[in-house]
Amino acid sequence: MKILAIEASGPVAGCALIEDDILRAEYSIQDKMKHSRTLVPMMEEIRSRLELDLQEIDAIAVTKGPGSFTGLRIGAATAKGLGLALEKPVIPVPTVDCIAWNLYGTDSLVCPLMDARRQQVYTGIYECRESLRVLLPQRAAALTEIADRINALERRVIFLGDGVPVNREALEEKMRVPYSFAPAHLSRQKPGTLADLAMRLYREQGEACLVSADDFRPEYLRQSQAERERGDKRSYSLVDTDQNK
Amino acid sequence: MESNQETVTILAIESSCDETAASVVVNGRQVLSNVISSQIDIHTLYGGVVPEIASRKHTERINQVIRKALSEAGKTLGGMDAIAVTYGPGLVGPLLIGVSAAKALSFGTGIPLIGVHHIEGHISANYIAAPDLEPPFVCLVVSGGHTHLVLVRDYGEYEILGRTQDDAAGEAFDKVAREIGLGYPGGPKIDKVSALGNPEAIRFPRGKVDGSRYDFSFSGMKSAVLNYLNTAKMKGEQICVEDVAASFQAAVVDVLVSHAMWAIDEYGLDKFALAGGVAANTALRTAMRAECEKRGTAFYCPPPILCTDNAAMIGSAAYYEYIRGVRSGYDLNAIPGLRLGQR
Repeated sequence: MKILAIEASGPVAGCALIEDDILRAEYSIQDKMKHSRTLVPMMEEIRSRLELDLQEIDAIAVTKGPGSFTGLRIGAATAKGLGLALEKPVIPVPTVDCIAWNLYGTDSLVCPLMDARRQQVYTGIYECRESLRVLLPQRAAALTEIADRINALERRVIFLGDGVPVNREALEEKMRVPYSFAPAHLSRQKPGTLADLAMRLYREQGEACLVSADDFRPEYLRQSQAERERGDKRSYSLVDTDQNK
Repeated sequence: MESNQETVTILAIESSCDETAASVVVNGRQVLSNVISSQIDIHTLYGGVVPEIASRKHTERINQVIRKALSEAGKTLGGMDAIAVTYGPGLVGPLLIGVSAAKALSFGTGIPLIGVHHIEGHISANYIAAPDLEPPFVCLVVSGGHTHLVLVRDYGEYEILGRTQDDAAGEAFDKVAREIGLGYPGGPKIDKVSALGNPEAIRFPRGKVDGSRYDFSFSGMKSAVLNYLNTAKMKGEQICVEDVAASFQAAVVDVLVSHAMWAIDEYGLDKFALAGGVAANTALRTAMRAECEKRGTAFYCPPPILCTDNAAMIGSAAYYEYIRGVRSGYDLNAIPGLRLGQR
């Protein structure tokens, strides 16, 4: 089983190739928002270095959201285009779950924080002992809300992700349980982690975790500004009934 | 690099604004399929194109649109000689969907990638509509986002004679239509009600740009309409929507036609082509055709389906790039402000 993983949901653009239990290649760059220019060249680098026949790929993993709207779409459109070219399915993986899985093996709670602007973070609460256990599924939330929830659990916590620097001072003020911040090499979206998590999903769920490349769409967890201002109570995707049968 | 291939089949993708489109085109002129998925119903709710919503819609529909273009053409992806995509100008979010998908298709299949300029696409729509048309000719590209008077010297060789200094012509139509209560999209609505009005009822100014004969300015004309409406309102006068629409449209058409004719006269060319969404406007087509006939200039204008944003025109432009040996890399990016002739 070979999975090509595509990551573009946040500040990191990258890709990875996992073959069963072996991560054959991982390539990522964090350089502002240049994903459109860097993503496919990195994929090509992996293909040529591994002399990979792309037809051998069984599925394409991609972080499905939340994240930067534009970044998510660059990842999604790339995964969809490749899925169409190869006639292979997509394994969508929740972005925040992927960041959490960087901290495999810890006894602490794991709390990824992605900067979601508008005084919010994309976050969730996880345990990462032997497998990923979701205590609070990914969502957009105020920092206070997530701090309160963790304080109530009365357990040590590790924060990580690109939302840490912007919220560090506020966290230091709010946290009532022991906490720490992950080091730089773990505190980001890692394509290799995405690849491993996708492989695990496939082993646990089989075909249930697969989505056709045609049907795959990102989960933004937020409406567009225009919809918010228009006061659209329904979520965006529900408005468009013909696409959502 | 020159190509000796007899048949070049190109899959083209266009997503620069609010139409998700794909097409299969042979040798730049023969359209095997031309699939356009419009989002106009959604954007009408907001009175104009919302880039974030357009980007989301493109993402949802892109694969289906591409598959439909291939199946209607009776082709498979593997049968393509190149994959072409609009990479600018346009809205960056929407552009990125087509560009990302096209790059992935090219990467996944090994089929060469060609980035295409959206305006070059509009101009090339004329090659599809008129198999005999060859450069050089003068082309006026008018749409919701662009107003360019272009000298097409050769395939892929363009000289911009004039462009708008403020609003695009189609944008001015949209704004005026909103003010007189016709709603979005303004172009087709003004076109329709103008047929019932008197184009000489109100004399709106013909916008010009000092020191730049071929450039356009539409914001002053738009303001003149707003002033007229305000004055009428303050005086408590009833306005005739049909007359305002017809008079405004006449002013815009006058400016577009006179600029185009100056260019034809100055450069002594015997061919003129219209292109872009506003080229579907009845009054503009009629006036332009009449003026061309007076001069003995051949008049070209694509049918409305090729005037609106579509991918067939991108496939046509891409063919001429292909035979010149142009290929894009996997680092092709969306460039919202891409200039004509820029590579």
